Amino acid sequence: MKILVCVKQVPDLESRFVPNAAGTWFEEAGLAFRMNDYDEFAVEEAVRIKEQLGGAPEVTVLSIGPGRVVETVRKAMAMGCDHGVHVMDQDAADRDPWQIAAMIAGFAGPRRFDLIFTGMQSIDRGSGQVGLLTAERLGIACVTTVVGFSLEGRRATAERELEGGARGVVGFGLPALVTCQLGLNTPRYPTLPGIMKSKKREIECLSPDEAGLEAPLTMVSGFAPQVRMGSGTVLEGDAVELAAQVVALLNEKTAVLRRGGAQ
Amino acid sequence: MKTLLVAECRQGRPADATAELFGFARTLGAEVSVAYIGNPDDLPRFDGLVYFADVRDSGEYDPDVHKRLLLQAVEAGRPDAVVFMHSSWGWDLAPRVAAALKAAQVTEVTGVVGEGYIVDSCNGKMRRTVRPLTTTVVLTLQPGAFPALQPGGAPEIHLLRAEHGSNVEFIRYEPPPADGVDLTRAEVIVSAGRGVGSREHVELVKALAEALGGEVGASRPAVDAGWLEHSRQVGTTGQTVSPALYVACGISGAVQHLAGMKGAAFVLAVNTDRDAPIGEVADLFVVADLRQFLPALTAKLKR
Ligand SMILES: Cc1cc2nc3c(=O)[nH]c(=O)nc-3n(C[C@H](O)[C@H](O)[C@H](O)COP(=O)(O)OP(=O)(O)OC[C@H]3O[C@@H](n4cnc5c(N)ncnc54)[C@H](O)[C@@H]3O)c2cc1C
Ligand SMILES: Nc1ncnc2c1ncn2[C@@H]1O[C@H](COP(=O)(O)O)[C@@H](O)[C@H]1O
Repeated sequence: MKILVCVKQVPDLESRFVPNAAGTWFEEAGLAFRMNDYDEFAVEEAVRIKEQLGGAPEVTVLSIGPGRVVETVRKAMAMGCDHGVHVMDQDAADRDPWQIAAMIAGFAGPRRFDLIFTGMQSIDRGSGQVGLLTAERLGIACVTTVVGFSLEGRRATAERELEGGARGVVGFGLPALVTCQLGLNTPRYPTLPGIMKSKKREIECLSPDEAGLEAPLTMVSGFAPQVRMGSGTVLEGDAVELAAQVVALLNEKTAVLRRGGAQ
Repeated sequence: MKTLLVAECRQGRPADATAELFGFARTLGAEVSVAYIGNPDDLPRFDGLVYFADVRDSGEYDPDVHKRLLLQAVEAGRPDAVVFMHSSWGWDLAPRVAAALKAAQVTEVTGVVGEGYIVDSCNGKMRRTVRPLTTTVVLTLQPGAFPALQPGGAPEIHLLRAEHGSNVEFIRYEPPPADGVDLTRAEVIVSAGRGVGSREHVELVKALAEALGGEVGASRPAVDAGWLEHSRQVGTTGQTVSPALYVACGISGAVQHLAGMKGAAFVLAVNTDRDAPIGEVADLFVVADLRQFLPALTAKLKR
């Protein structure tokens, strides 16, 4: 059994973002990068399946991006992936979902993976398309927004999360691609020996063309801070003073403190 | 511009959000047709063409069967834009249709400028304008971004025929876990987010809720971490609440969370990140570490 996990490196969202000169994406300088949240669930699920099957499956992790993404590939290896692949793409941030999917499918096609895990969306751009587009290109089954997954032989059962917390249970055969949602599992922390071991491993490096880059289907014509509609009051300062100000404002603007909750 | 609006139906019930698809088409001044795989009794009411397949024949949501039905409608109507709501149904189906058409897709559209579609990025801190380079574009719309509109009228029907055969088999629906708390009637809700940091600090949130005589709510990560039960989750996959006061503690304000609490009369946000998108809906935004601020507020209220 061969498993592929696709991981994207994303910035810390608590950062302040400044548009780049072209006005198409953010300036990277000064930002901290890490593995996309949803992709951590993907890595964890792949490694769990490997463990459940007594270590037999081979798990490959793939990331497309500039040199910095090697760090994320190594993290996935430290969590238990066997092979690392890096598509060295300096312009990854300008690629649209179609182009990312073309490269993943181009890489995965001839290697015939039985299972592919991706995140359901990336938190910086969040198109939620890459997994589905990849599966459609490969002509394999695809189940999205998965919060429960089990495998029996070459038959899988998955729970899709729907609105309001309901779930849709579906069954499918391999090969298949699954997009992982929050709640699927709790990703492990890499262990120190895992980290040490992953540092020594070789990572296969491909160019975008070798992976199968195609022309884009969309272009970005603007990137700017959100226009803030919020007209609320912003308070800063010492906690005790803030508390007094907040109580005064709650008294003035709402009736909740008079209803007897607080005495 | 010709739009094909794709109306969702689950367990025999048409989705209310279909009205937002009409609102979007009106915003664009676009020509409208609708694709509807559902019940013949619930056909969308407007004066135009409905590409219709009977759900009793096509079956409950099946990505392959539904994709082929929509491709038939696209083939017949040749729309410039195929438009879905960004729901668990729409985001699953849209890229399949886009891939088959080799058409550009723009996900979770919140607005339109010229030839471009506006989408949120970086958890709502930034916005991007994306322009399709293909003649047909596939769109999903962010719930709540466009006005709801019920045009009224009598549609003309174009029947679609389902071709069965699929690589994903629908087995059953599971209802949401029913573990009890009804937040929909609470006057005051104090919610814990990931920023609360640990189970131990959830106590600070509980203490404030108690001092305010309210209920404790949670964002998704706080539930996933096991700090609070699922029935306390607020948002698209949790409850939709409308209290007189909502206190968001360490919650960034992702759209899926906002969708559940936008109806609150007064929102107090406590966050260390002044730019957090919760600021968009906060009447009062306290830039502070909740570990210091919550105990101070609770103490002040008790006095
Ligand atoms: C299909 C789908 C459905 C979803 N459904 C839901 C849903 O129903 N409900 C929901 O909530 N989410 C839902 N989500 C998840 C959603 O996208 C966000 O990931 C989630 O809401 C983020 O939760 P958060 O704000 O608690 O965490 P984060 O986004 O990580 O934010 C934490 C915040 O805490 C602040 N902070 C950190 N430390 C402190 C401190 N010491 N003091 C004060 N502030 C601090 C940070 O500045 C940050 O703003 C869904 C996602 C998907 C894809
Ligand atoms: N640059 C990338 N390299 C590897 N995988 C990616 C990349 N971009 C997106 N993905 C995968 O596709 C998923 C969905 O991304 P998106 O369509 O951008 O929301 C992510 O969770 C990843 O698993």
